[in-house]
Amino acid sequence: MTRYLGGRLFQMLITFLLFQTLVFFLLHAQPGDITQQMLGDPDIPPEAREILRKQLGLDKPLPVQYLTYIGNFWQGNLGVSWSEYPKPVTSIILERMPRTLVLFFSANVVAFTVGFLLGRVLAWRRGSLIEYPVTVASVILYTVFTPWFALVLIWVFAFKLKLFPIGKFITVRLWRGGPFGANEVFGRMITLTAVLLVAVFLLFFLTRKLSVLDRRRIQIPGFLILLVVYLGYWALSPMGKYALDIAWHMILPIATITLVAFGGTMLLTRNSMLETLREDYILTARAKGLPEKVVRDKHAARNALLPVVTSLIYTLAFSIDGGVITETYYSWPGMGLTLLSAATSNDIPLAIGALTFTGVMALVAHMLADVVYAFLDPRIRY
Amino acid sequence: MSYQQTDKPTEQGSFASSAVATVAEDRIHQPLWRVRLSLMWKSLKGSWVIFAESPIGLIGLGIIIFFALFALAHPILMKTVWPRAIYDPVIGFDATLPSHPAAPSIRHILGTDAIGRDVLSQLMSSTSSEFALGLLAAIVTVTLGTTIGAVSAYFGKAVDVIFMRLADLVIMTPTISLLIVLGALIELNLIQLGIVLGILSGFGGVTVIIKSQALTIMVKPYIEAARIAGGNDFHIIFTHIVPNLLPLSFLYMMFTVTGAIFSEGVLSVFGLLNIRMSWGLIIYTTQSSGYLLDFKRWWLIFPAGLAITLLCSAFYLVGRALDEVVNPRLRRR
Repeated sequence: MTRYLGGRLFQMLITFLLFQTLVFFLLHAQPGDITQQMLGDPDIPPEAREILRKQLGLDKPLPVQYLTYIGNFWQGNLGVSWSEYPKPVTSIILERMPRTLVLFFSANVVAFTVGFLLGRVLAWRRGSLIEYPVTVASVILYTVFTPWFALVLIWVFAFKLKLFPIGKFITVRLWRGGPFGANEVFGRMITLTAVLLVAVFLLFFLTRKLSVLDRRRIQIPGFLILLVVYLGYWALSPMGKYALDIAWHMILPIATITLVAFGGTMLLTRNSMLETLREDYILTARAKGLPEKVVRDKHAARNALLPVVTSLIYTLAFSIDGGVITETYYSWPGMGLTLLSAATSNDIPLAIGALTFTGVMALVAHMLADVVYAFLDPRIRY
Repeated sequence: MSYQQTDKPTEQGSFASSAVATVAEDRIHQPLWRVRLSLMWKSLKGSWVIFAESPIGLIGLGIIIFFALFALAHPILMKTVWPRAIYDPVIGFDATLPSHPAAPSIRHILGTDAIGRDVLSQLMSSTSSEFALGLLAAIVTVTLGTTIGAVSAYFGKAVDVIFMRLADLVIMTPTISLLIVLGALIELNLIQLGIVLGILSGFGGVTVIIKSQALTIMVKPYIEAARIAGGNDFHIIFTHIVPNLLPLSFLYMMFTVTGAIFSEGVLSVFGLLNIRMSWGLIIYTTQSSGYLLDFKRWWLIFPAGLAITLLCSAFYLVGRALDEVVNPRLRRR
């Protein structure tokens, strides 16, 4: 496993270098060069442009420029944002990345779980009346035009029903004069939720070998205790109401990404289940007289999971991409919104930085899915 | 079609056995292209039967045909009942109405937008360019994907490694983010966008899937036979491997069309494309004139968004139904 991970990390590094090269040449594909964007005014004398070119190192040969670019990146220097001058790009990105990661992570986990559970039922009930409407509905959800879908959700849930706020990250009126910064509270939320998730995972992982009855006896109360401790902390902490405000703003964007992402997983699970159901061991399991539920969940679904995880590798990048749209329409100040506003306001350093880090996120997600796959498939042992 | 017509009278004839012999004789003397054509027609008919079994594919096909008619109707309407000055999708303006955006009426079935243009006419005129974009992207994708897939399966080794690592890179690249940055640097037009999208998906996931299919074809005896018969690499790839990959390529054409229409919509919603009119641009116009969250004026956003969603879903549904044709393991037992 360690060797496999090492190999994957090395491959990732190479892929990332290639991606950076792509981004670098993208930067050079624009007509003219960056000085024209900065000094577009024709009144500025050409000498001034020459000086700027020299300062930015644009007079050097292309390979030197390329090496400087890569070198600067690895030193954490992505330049200075033009639209939020003089903030460095790195600090803007570091501030916004957690917001996107949380949105993306929670939406994908929910979408994957729900999609898998529903897809498995859909395949099992093949040919029933419910099959076609559900398939068509999930295809529509999967291919729905996300900007429009986000607007419709805002209209229904925020505008008509007034259940959720119309976009943004926090309610400004509540936070004004408050004792905490938004990033501080958000950071605490991330840490504690991560701790909770790890604790729940450990609880289930450590008790997995016990008999069904014992397992139930430990897992259910254990889970409830952890949940109560977690919620109790927030209820007692002075940060509680601020955290609740952020969570309230998160629901609608997460729901949007989840709804869009889950259709794909569900359809794929269905196909993969249909293939698995033809295997001989399913027939054997049935012939042994095992209950239908056991055949479905333990024999068929467990094996059908593998291709679904493989496809997750492909859909993750797509879903990070979809984040740009969701974040824009919900005014969620994460990476996607940063990327878009930088691109539309011609803030090239920030746009390139955001693109690079979106690539990094996709790459890391890709790698995690790979590791999960190796973990799930007993035939793969590296 | 041709040999069927010659077939029918002989089946009904009384001298069945001699008739069969004549048919066989006929078939031998038929030129090769006619035999090929009739075989193709036969397999096409068989595929159609499987395709038509699932209502999903038919729903998709129905929506596509509807949009195709929708696109065709626009020039006819413009020539006959819609005066150009009022109904032109880009420069039209209806001066008879007191204010714009105007609500739907008999004169403007889907109302007018903020600068007085007919929304239905805009929707209809954009349809054909959406189709053109989808087709262009799909053709570029499939040409690249099939060629690269076949070549890297055939040669293996270094060629394979290079193309598969490249595919990994493209798969992890966030396409929309990349296109947004590209759109900020260079204002793409529709043709450039189609080519860029085609290249991105042609080097990416499609190649990987087609290559794995090509690997299963590589071990078939007829490839060996072709090699023994002295066929060179080029001949084997393009007359023996590629034709067998085409059904799968065709399937991925459908998915590429979905992706292309979606990406175009997103980019024009953000105003990053250099085009005259498109469904996404209708939403962009709404947004830039400040009516984005004005849900009482539903006709400014709703029809355009629905059109993109429906056409994307339609191609995806057709793709799924074709999946059952191409992949026998999915078929109903």
